Amino acid sequence: MSTTNTNTYLNMQLLRFTTAGSVDDGKSTLIGRLLYDSKSIFEDQMDAVENSSAKRGLEHVDLSLLTDGLKDEREQGITIDVAYRYFATPRRKFIIADTPGHIQYTRNMVTGASTANLALILVDVRNGVIEQTCRHSFIASLLQIPHLVVCINKMDLADYSEEAYDKVVREYKDFASKLDVKDVRFVPISALHGDNVVNRSEKMSWYQGETLLHTLETIHIGSDQNHIDCRFPVQTVIRPHSDEYHDYRGYAGRIAGGVYKPGDEVVVLPSGFTSRIKSIETMDGPVEEAFAPMSVTLNLEEDIDVSRGDMIVRPNNQPEMVQDLDVMLCWFNSKSPLPRAKYIVKHTSNEARCMIKEVLYKVNINTLHRIEDDKDIRMNEIARVQLRTTRPLMVDDYNENRNTGSVILIDEATNETVAAGMVRL
Amino acid sequence: MRYSLTHLKELEAESIYVIREVYAQFENPAILFSGGKDSIVLTHLARKAFWPAKIPFPLVHIDTGHNFPETMAFRNALIEELGCKLVVGSVQESIDEGRVREETGKNASRNALQTTTLLDTIERNGFDACMGGARRDEEKARAKERFFSHRDDFGQWDPKNQRPELWNLFNGKKHEGEHFRVFPISNWTEMDIWQYILHEHIAIPSLYIAHKRDVIWRNNSWLPVSEHIKVEEHETVENKMVRFRTLGDITITGGVESMADTLAKIVEEVAAARHTERGNRADDKRSETSMEDRKKQGYF
Repeated sequence: MSTTNTNTYLNMQLLRFTTAGSVDDGKSTLIGRLLYDSKSIFEDQMDAVENSSAKRGLEHVDLSLLTDGLKDEREQGITIDVAYRYFATPRRKFIIADTPGHIQYTRNMVTGASTANLALILVDVRNGVIEQTCRHSFIASLLQIPHLVVCINKMDLADYSEEAYDKVVREYKDFASKLDVKDVRFVPISALHGDNVVNRSEKMSWYQGETLLHTLETIHIGSDQNHIDCRFPVQTVIRPHSDEYHDYRGYAGRIAGGVYKPGDEVVVLPSGFTSRIKSIETMDGPVEEAFAPMSVTLNLEEDIDVSRGDMIVRPNNQPEMVQDLDVMLCWFNSKSPLPRAKYIVKHTSNEARCMIKEVLYKVNINTLHRIEDDKDIRMNEIARVQLRTTRPLMVDDYNENRNTGSVILIDEATNETVAAGMVRL
Repeated sequence: MRYSLTHLKELEAESIYVIREVYAQFENPAILFSGGKDSIVLTHLARKAFWPAKIPFPLVHIDTGHNFPETMAFRNALIEELGCKLVVGSVQESIDEGRVREETGKNASRNALQTTTLLDTIERNGFDACMGGARRDEEKARAKERFFSHRDDFGQWDPKNQRPELWNLFNGKKHEGEHFRVFPISNWTEMDIWQYILHEHIAIPSLYIAHKRDVIWRNNSWLPVSEHIKVEEHETVENKMVRFRTLGDITITGGVESMADTLAKIVEEVAAARHTERGNRADDKRSETSMEDRKKQGYF
């Protein structure tokens, strides 16, 4: 690598994307293809996959074996958890959250979707939009993944036909009009043969758009974070107790939204004390601007009482301080919530106790229909609920800010994370 | 783009966030420090997380007794510089106390024995969270590891019953006697680590840089000759320019032939590499799922 390339590497952006799929729709093959064609597979990994393929009596090298990690999965040939994969091109570094697609793994899909900038939705061109497509798209929209790329796969099995592709695109657009998604793109591919994945297909000259990898490399992700509403949840207070920094008191945290500058007037919630930012510190020196998702330390002009769980915001742009929350909840645990059951709720660096006061309705995640006659929440179900917390939380609408609009619920007896929620204001 | 971070800066911000969460959520955390590049980067990030304060927890070294002398010198100098506490868990002591039995034979290693020493050290010191430098790209079983990884009171990992981890909300709740392993650099790749070391001018042990050394060819890599291995009759000791891509026990960590005697050259070599870094680790080769099996027991 030359010096220029080294510099390029230092200018790369990070794109996190999620995939969901089941054994047959070619998801693992697609990921294997992306890794293989972008030369992210090492020889010893490839050797291992070739050996495993041969042991199983397969004639071809099964690229899906590159991604199926745990013993049980290898034995059963299924993906049961969220697995993270990494690859890079000279333009971007990619983190793939690879999840299974069956309805009993909704919680895994939701987990993978929570941090993604982009969702890859796989559709078999022969089957068109099916229940699973709807489910994956709904989860992507519910979790507010900013970009959707719909890969219409197995084009080789449909004679690379433009007509077949157009039909699926129409079907999908029809369905997607019911969703809250901002950016949807379509790519006709064959993951098995590599058409339009990394390299442009010679068999689909009618397709003028970009290949999948080119889309992933160039899609604009700069606006995916909220740079308008200033939100700084305090994680911990830094007090060196050394002679050099005798009176130093810094508030450490990761910016959850907006842009902070020295001199900014700020208010600390929930206390309501006001002050100004004296400086924004890092070990590499002070910075003039800090924005999401930077981890920094704020120093304030006044010596006021600030601790973990507090939020430093601007006086003219504050989150809602509420104890009654309207939340879309995804239930993760085999133990269903009992009526008025109490949980620990975690929100940014804050924590309280809460109770599920009321279940408004459940959502059929295949059809998006509301279920109002059965309000018992079971594992992998999504429901709109009312939560009541023991103390106020400083929240935003999830659609405005994923960092300050999300909560998790923890069972007080088992300590398990039992649900994830998206706040609606 | 004005409000956008490079991927290294974003990874750095994520890791600092995780390290600060550990400090805030646990009573008695520690960093597992092997002397390898990943734990060195982790320590560097911990320093950034609390600057200008010192790192507010100890570094724990599980000492197999089969160390590269360079690693030990490096460790001691770093501790001195950081001014933080070092806790050593000794595998030799575990052997002497009869807690574990030493493997015998040509490919004998103390790798598996470390697990007992590690769990004993955690218990003796009452650590409730141990941060490690494991990365998800290293090995397939690690691809599913959480940032906050729950361990039962036997220190074991249950890959099928992991807590879901969403957004940046980490659940560090636990019962008495249980602990957590936390992996702040989960999302970094080998290339990210090297680029970051280069960019941040982080000091690393000289072993990573190509140097002349007496080695033998065993298990498809150049194994360093030391008092801890027996050279067989059919093996010949050669003096080669080698460097190490990972630093484990001196008895099982093979080197690669290399002329990369500067960090920049290493980055070039890593970019062109066709084998994974753990490809030279005999401990991973025992079976297709050897890492998963060891992790379930409580390994790093």
